[in-house]
Amino acid sequence: MNAVRSRYIGLLYVAPAIVFVAVFVAYPLGRLVWLSLTNASLLGGARFDGINNYIRAWKDATFWTSLGFTIKYTLYITPILMGLGFLAALLTAENTPLKKLTRGVIFLPVVIGLGTSSLLWWWLFDQQVGLFNRALIDLHVLSEPIVWFTHAEVALWAVIISVVWKVVGFGMILFVSNIQGIDREINEAAMIDGASYWQRVGRIVLPLSYRTILLATLISAIGSMLAFEQFYIMTAGGPQGHTFTSVYWIYQNSFVFFKLGYGSALSVILTLIIVLGTAMQIFLTRRRERT
Amino acid sequence: MTAIAHDLPVQRGAAVGAAQSRSIYLVAAICVAIIAMMLFPLVVSVLASIKTPDEAVAVPPNYLPHQLSLANYLKVFSYQAGLATYVFNSLTVAFLTILFCLALAVPAGYGLARFRIPGKEVIFLFLLASLMVPYQALLTPLYLMFAPLGLTNSYVGLAIVHTVLQLPFSIYLMRHSFEAVPRELEEAAVMDGCTSLQALKRVFLPAIRPGMVTVILFAFIQSWNEFIAALIFMGKETMFTVPIMLVSVRLGRFGTVDWGALQAGIIIAIVPCVAIYVLLQRYYVAGFLSGAVK
Repeated sequence: MNAVRSRYIGLLYVAPAIVFVAVFVAYPLGRLVWLSLTNASLLGGARFDGINNYIRAWKDATFWTSLGFTIKYTLYITPILMGLGFLAALLTAENTPLKKLTRGVIFLPVVIGLGTSSLLWWWLFDQQVGLFNRALIDLHVLSEPIVWFTHAEVALWAVIISVVWKVVGFGMILFVSNIQGIDREINEAAMIDGASYWQRVGRIVLPLSYRTILLATLISAIGSMLAFEQFYIMTAGGPQGHTFTSVYWIYQNSFVFFKLGYGSALSVILTLIIVLGTAMQIFLTRRRERT
Repeated sequence: MTAIAHDLPVQRGAAVGAAQSRSIYLVAAICVAIIAMMLFPLVVSVLASIKTPDEAVAVPPNYLPHQLSLANYLKVFSYQAGLATYVFNSLTVAFLTILFCLALAVPAGYGLARFRIPGKEVIFLFLLASLMVPYQALLTPLYLMFAPLGLTNSYVGLAIVHTVLQLPFSIYLMRHSFEAVPRELEEAAVMDGCTSLQALKRVFLPAIRPGMVTVILFAFIQSWNEFIAALIFMGKETMFTVPIMLVSVRLGRFGTVDWGALQAGIIIAIVPCVAIYVLLQRYYVAGFLSGAVK
């Protein structure tokens, strides 16, 4: 084909997407940084304010509490999600009918909205009409019902239980595809050498899943750092504002207190944290492709 | 001597066999237990939604409804502007999101996969870069951009935000779909004198159909479920999408929770996603893996 002509034709096909991303991602991002340097309000008016918003963030106790809480949530839930996801993958990686069904059922809640599943669990956790307490008592796990949302620590665990139910299938499905890709012969050779099941898991499956685990951990951790719906719906930031996450606190400042400038400064800080995480993820993925 | 030597491995083999069949039963039992645990919230929610409104607020709660009733669903159907309005809002936004994603990602994938473009990889990275920016951070500037243009409380406005979310994955998937089409097919079309647009229509579109199905699926599910942008951009009650409606159902009248109506609403919100997943699992899981791993 005519190379000179086709180079512009190719560009023509990509142009709409480039324009879209420039207008709806790049420009807003620039405007976000600008807003963060003003005292803009949702009620109107914006004056240049230098780095005052960032100084305010530095001194804002709730911002630090919310960031700390988000990190705590991420540190609690990520190992649980990865550990259970990996065990579920070990259990269901084989393609027998029962295991395929189990895999399908574990993955099912991934397609449900986080907002919807949070409402569902909010009902299950209710100490009067919820069935979660009742089921735990009937199974003799508990002797008395738990009041889930009056203490921050208990509320955090309630949210973790509900989110684990919803997203554990995500890690599992990545691990399953990885395990199914492991060469059969390696496993068979180890079996002939008399290696037990858990020895094979420790010596063969785990080392060969290393990259996938790292990748899934990063994706999952970034998702948890951006948590909003589960707390907005289940705890509403309470009790006493102890369960505000970063995104929730940004939402609260921007759209409840109307302090857009300050909210934008907080968004810039959060974006920097996330970009760092995602850059690591892309770096790891690219290395994977090269090997 | 020889007899004993022969006996040993046989006995060991039998012991291993017994242990193995025991572990097969154990694994099966664990699988069944997990299935029960995972389905418990969904099953009790379905059951609660068909209780009578009185039984739905009974303390302590029952697992099974004593009397079947569709009263909760009827209540949701006539909630405020009517369920039909909210479902229509959600479907319209999802439809527009799918339309925008395909309109942008199919040509972009074609261009990136099949043409020599100066600085192609830089362009590709630019298009995927929005993956690195949490969209939650873009909501404020987008809101300020959209408000004077009448794009808040608007289907198009929210669909644009959902497209921002979904576009990187769509472009990525489309590029790979186009790259997987064999060269010979394209060359044959060029020999026949097709222009690039004709080649796209005749050769490529049929070949990339599975990829397009995956793009559509993900755009739909993501848009149907998306919460925070819908919460911010759809402030007017008649423009609520289904998840936002659910939060307001919860508040009910007089500040008490209408548990029965909430259950019915949850089931209505879940059904389309579960149906799509069960029917099109193959596309969904394939797209999921290609998006996350590669």
